[in-house]
Amino acid sequence: MQRISSYEDFLKLKNRVQSIMASSERIISVCGGGGCSSKDGKKIASALKDELGKKGLEEKIKVKLTGCHGMCSWGPSIIIYPEEICYLKVKEKDATEIIEETILRNRIVDRLVYEDEKVGKTPHLKDIPFYNRQTRLILGYNTKIDPQSIDDYIALGGYSALVKALTQMSPTDVLEEIKKSNLRGRGGGGFPAGQKWETTRNAKSDIKYVIVNGHEGEPGAYMDRAILGGNPHIVLEGLIIGAYAIGARQGFIYTRHDAPDLLKNIETAISKAREYGFIGKNILGSGFDFDVEIHLDIGIFVSGESSALMRSIEGKIPEPRPKYIRTSVSGIYEKPSNLNNVETWANVPLIIENGAEWYSKIGTERSKGTKLISLSGRIKNAGVIEVPFGMSLREIVFDLGGGTGNGNDLKAVHFGSAMGGSIPKELIDTPLDFDACAKLGAPIGAGGLLVLDEKDDMLELVSYFLDFLSTESCGKCVPCREGIRQIRKLLKKIKDGSGTYQDVETIREICDVQKEASLCALGRTASSPLESALKYFWKEFESRLVKEK
Amino acid sequence: MSDVVNITIDGKECKAEKGMTILQVALREGIDIPTLCYHKDLEPYGGCRLCTVEIESRGRKNYVVSCLYPVEEGLVVKTRSPEVEKIRRIIVELLLARAPGSPELIKLKEEYGAKEEKFGKEPIFCILCGLCVRYCSEVKKKYAISFVQSGVKREISFIPEIALKECDKCKECFPLCPTSYAQALYLLTQALSGGPST
Repeated sequence: MQRISSYEDFLKLKNRVQSIMASSERIISVCGGGGCSSKDGKKIASALKDELGKKGLEEKIKVKLTGCHGMCSWGPSIIIYPEEICYLKVKEKDATEIIEETILRNRIVDRLVYEDEKVGKTPHLKDIPFYNRQTRLILGYNTKIDPQSIDDYIALGGYSALVKALTQMSPTDVLEEIKKSNLRGRGGGGFPAGQKWETTRNAKSDIKYVIVNGHEGEPGAYMDRAILGGNPHIVLEGLIIGAYAIGARQGFIYTRHDAPDLLKNIETAISKAREYGFIGKNILGSGFDFDVEIHLDIGIFVSGESSALMRSIEGKIPEPRPKYIRTSVSGIYEKPSNLNNVETWANVPLIIENGAEWYSKIGTERSKGTKLISLSGRIKNAGVIEVPFGMSLREIVFDLGGGTGNGNDLKAVHFGSAMGGSIPKELIDTPLDFDACAKLGAPIGAGGLLVLDEKDDMLELVSYFLDFLSTESCGKCVPCREGIRQIRKLLKKIKDGSGTYQDVETIREICDVQKEASLCALGRTASSPLESALKYFWKEFESRLVKEK
Repeated sequence: MSDVVNITIDGKECKAEKGMTILQVALREGIDIPTLCYHKDLEPYGGCRLCTVEIESRGRKNYVVSCLYPVEEGLVVKTRSPEVEKIRRIIVELLLARAPGSPELIKLKEEYGAKEEKFGKEPIFCILCGLCVRYCSEVKKKYAISFVQSGVKREISFIPEIALKECDKCKECFPLCPTSYAQALYLLTQALSGGPST
């Protein structure tokens, strides 16, 4: 493959890969994402290929092992294109029937089809509420492309934004477009990405870095893995565009050490992008040089904190840096370093390709675009979804998620995992919005949404998160380390029925000190789930306290 | 000169050089801010959070650790406010559960009205201030003692292979330890490794 060095080269390539893709009569896309591959996605794909081989159809009909389709509790799922027939809970032994019936005779295999009370049996993607209410700007690629194939991504419009940025826009144009789009960071804080980029761009230094935070360490969060595992190129493309705007020549992808398939996808993506000339010297003849390195994370949760992550890349212990200076000014090796999470970077090509104006029509006034949400807990359709900001939490939980699915009433939804908070069912009409959710004490965080039903115990939930943080924090500062230790003891006392009102006061005091005096964001928000439980579910604490005489 | 900034600590107007921390200015001005993990020869660590102070900057109130916060023009610092006192009292109470009887903590307990056994006792006699670890790595460059584990399980540990070679002739970290734990741990490490006892 010759490096692409001009706009014309790229168009030629795009036409070529599009015609290759169009040459298949049908494509069978088999989910190989986190949930499904543990449920035999790979085996199903090879069984389908074997069947096609027996019928001599392997040239006409392609089988693709893709990234996460999203409907994890119904996995493994397969989707047959162009009809978009969706089969769920597929087993290896179903391969023969799928080929014989659907591929050869155009008949639906009824028993593999989605069904619920409202819509009945619905084989097509467009009729399944879980899918048809989503806006899958990013995840939409997942069901259509082989994550190892750069050609697949290009055929569907991939890398067009990079080509546009490098051949038609100046770095300042790109920066202004991102600022105008109001893209906010998807990793937790919701900080405006353009503003962060600008800080790094304006920082005085010859060397600057851009980084993808793919640590995703909190329980119940699979958004980033869905993107990186399903379409690593979209993240890479966003990163290269960002580097161009910021003036960085070196990037890092910080990803999980415990996901070999994910790592393989990212490695392949980088080497393919280098081969095609999207990474390296003089990219697309623009004079811009950029390269990317992968860094594997250290297992603990705090490594995802920005300054800890940067220390980890430097080869040091991932402890948050206590200095009062932003990493966008002084980060890796004290050079200006712009860190965004996987999903934030994945939004960048969309904005550049379609323009900030288009982008800012999606979402609410201050939360633009779509958000990936990982649905878990007491929910029928657990999985990863992508919806526009502004959709109500009710619609997410009931219409897409199918409700609790176990006959129990909804109690609350919990956002942001161990650093987030719960929203009781009375407030379920709250729109998905950075500020609206944060105001209720349940900031969206990275987008993990845990659904709780009436039988769930808030004290158990809070204890679970604190147990998690007790070993996933670094342990360096006193309020976080010793505060978590004592809160856990006091909570246990309350759960055992011997806690007092005084103990609750003591817990509140520790929470205050953690919020005000901890070293990093982890410590400062470690008490958030607890405080939100005290606020909305005080009765569950009170009923267990020793009654005062 | 542009490198000088004017700040106010507890109502007292002070001149400071850019790059100094609040704590450095306070120490020079004879204003008392308690510390446990600070040492003038070591990089500021920001671990104990006892030196937290209240600042007002651009109209916003905030709590920062004075050992790390760099001075800026017009900064207003309160080293003691009800909230600061509360933060320090609870930090002392939390640490007393881990190192009961530590003379430094007892002194702080009296000053901030902390309760000695508010959180009971779960002693390991180490408050993880890191003075020994940092002194050994930053000043002596021997790396004979280190932090191990994370979160609530964090502790310090001598690396026997290095400690047996280096520590006997040094022991400079012993007097830095606010609880004498480093000394005890060293003797234990030595005994368990079957090294020379002195």
